[in-house]
Amino acid sequence: MAQVLSPLPGTFYTKPSPEAEVFKSEGAAVAVGDTIALVEVMKTFIEIKSEIAGTFTSYLIEDGTPVQAGQALAEVAG
Amino acid sequence: MTIQRLFIANRGEIAVRIIKAAKCLGIRTIQAYSEADANMLAVQMADESVCIGAAQASESYLNIAGVVAAAIEASADAVHPGYGFLSESPEFARAVEDAGLKFVGPSADTIERMGDKVSARQAAQAAGVPVVPGSKGRIESVDEAVEVAAKIGYPVMVKAAAGGGGKGIRIADTEDELRSLAPQAQQEAAAAFGDGGLYVERAIKSPRHIEVQIVGDGNKAVHFYERECSIQRRRQKVWEEAGADCLDEETRENLCMAAVALAESVSYRGAGTLEYLYDETTKEFFFIEMNTRIQVEHPVTEMITGVDLVQEMIRVSGGAPLSLTQDQITKTGHAIEVRLNAEDPFLHFMPWPGKVEGLKIPVGDGIRFDHFMYEGYQIPPFYDSLIGKLIVHGTDRADAIAKMASALEGLEIKGIKTTIPLHKALAADACVASGDFHTQWLEPWLDAGNL
Repeated sequence: MAQVLSPLPGTFYTKPSPEAEVFKSEGAAVAVGDTIALVEVMKTFIEIKSEIAGTFTSYLIEDGTPVQAGQALAEVAG
Repeated sequence: MTIQRLFIANRGEIAVRIIKAAKCLGIRTIQAYSEADANMLAVQMADESVCIGAAQASESYLNIAGVVAAAIEASADAVHPGYGFLSESPEFARAVEDAGLKFVGPSADTIERMGDKVSARQAAQAAGVPVVPGSKGRIESVDEAVEVAAKIGYPVMVKAAAGGGGKGIRIADTEDELRSLAPQAQQEAAAAFGDGGLYVERAIKSPRHIEVQIVGDGNKAVHFYERECSIQRRRQKVWEEAGADCLDEETRENLCMAAVALAESVSYRGAGTLEYLYDETTKEFFFIEMNTRIQVEHPVTEMITGVDLVQEMIRVSGGAPLSLTQDQITKTGHAIEVRLNAEDPFLHFMPWPGKVEGLKIPVGDGIRFDHFMYEGYQIPPFYDSLIGKLIVHGTDRADAIAKMASALEGLEIKGIKTTIPLHKALAADACVASGDFHTQWLEPWLDAGNL
């Protein structure tokens, strides 16, 4: 099990837009470089990408909430 | 009734700026803040402060009902919206008015009218202010496009009447080009919006962005001369000047008086800015939009005119007439402002929120630094990256650039990445020195590796 960490502080989003589906749902395949989530920092959206391949387990933070740099955002089973 | 208790519905450097102006006027200040902003400088400086909600702006600074309720609860008699957030929201201005408080800015109706591109264009035309020449309405055929283009003059821009986002836009320099490009634009518009209707307007290549500062009291309006804000990245101003040395006296006078005419025609109250595109080759200027609020770059105008614009906008919003007549407003020298953002200019301007570990501010005659930092301040990641503005006033443009270069050498912000290196490079650039730039200049300059 690997955790995806936030490189920056900001606001965490599990979806590309409020109406869209989540980037990854439980059990989805994850490839290296897949976008897992967004972190909005100072009005800029940073794509959070997976550094490992595997199966998506879950998000660890609620959509639309503040996160700190280094905080675990999601889990991927390698 | 003059304003006695001012509620500040904003944050950052502009909140600090408003508090300073209010204190000079003997007005008590009540600072609104989000949960992420409890430590900000404006909260420490204000007479009172009130938490208005969670870190996300949508739950605090953008929450109309919440902000108005907090202002009422704090027994405020006026609300200053600053810039950004709710400053140009007619709904907010109306909610403030309906609550019996004064809004430091124009009426909700004026914000609504000038905020809509079509009605603002109509208001400008009615006041005799030039707008970008274009077709009266939608155009259905290529022949019709050619006919309109002959009237407004080439080059022309052809775009979809429906929608936006750059779809279907073509620029034609001649009638032959227009005849071949218009059908393509029509097809693209039909594919994108299900509507092949076109709109034709004059294309202004490499325009300058020139704007005029006005203040009105609801009856009369005065201008405070122009600013030149052509150095932009992604449509965000980076470096701003007052005045615009590219203008001759006659053009300057026409530009400024057109702004006053438009402001008076809509009974404008408060501070406002009319933005124009300026075509240096033909010396033509065209109104594009009006910002119905104080702007980030207002200090350069204050430097050359010696007038405190924020105090003046508070006074007129309290019901006072303008404190100055047009002939009392004079200008001396040249001023430049650079925007300092918490971004890494060497890494695609990546935002860089962090802790201010050290702060050294340049001091001297004609140097001003508007900001909201202190040593140990943690810059929150939830809002705009603007952390400060360095402003200099010189005897002329060359003197102001030299002063900016030396002031930048004396400025140190430790612990975070900032755009200081970009401004140092601009201050040393030959094109900047000669004034040879336009709104499309900075991005290619950056792409070419000038930094």
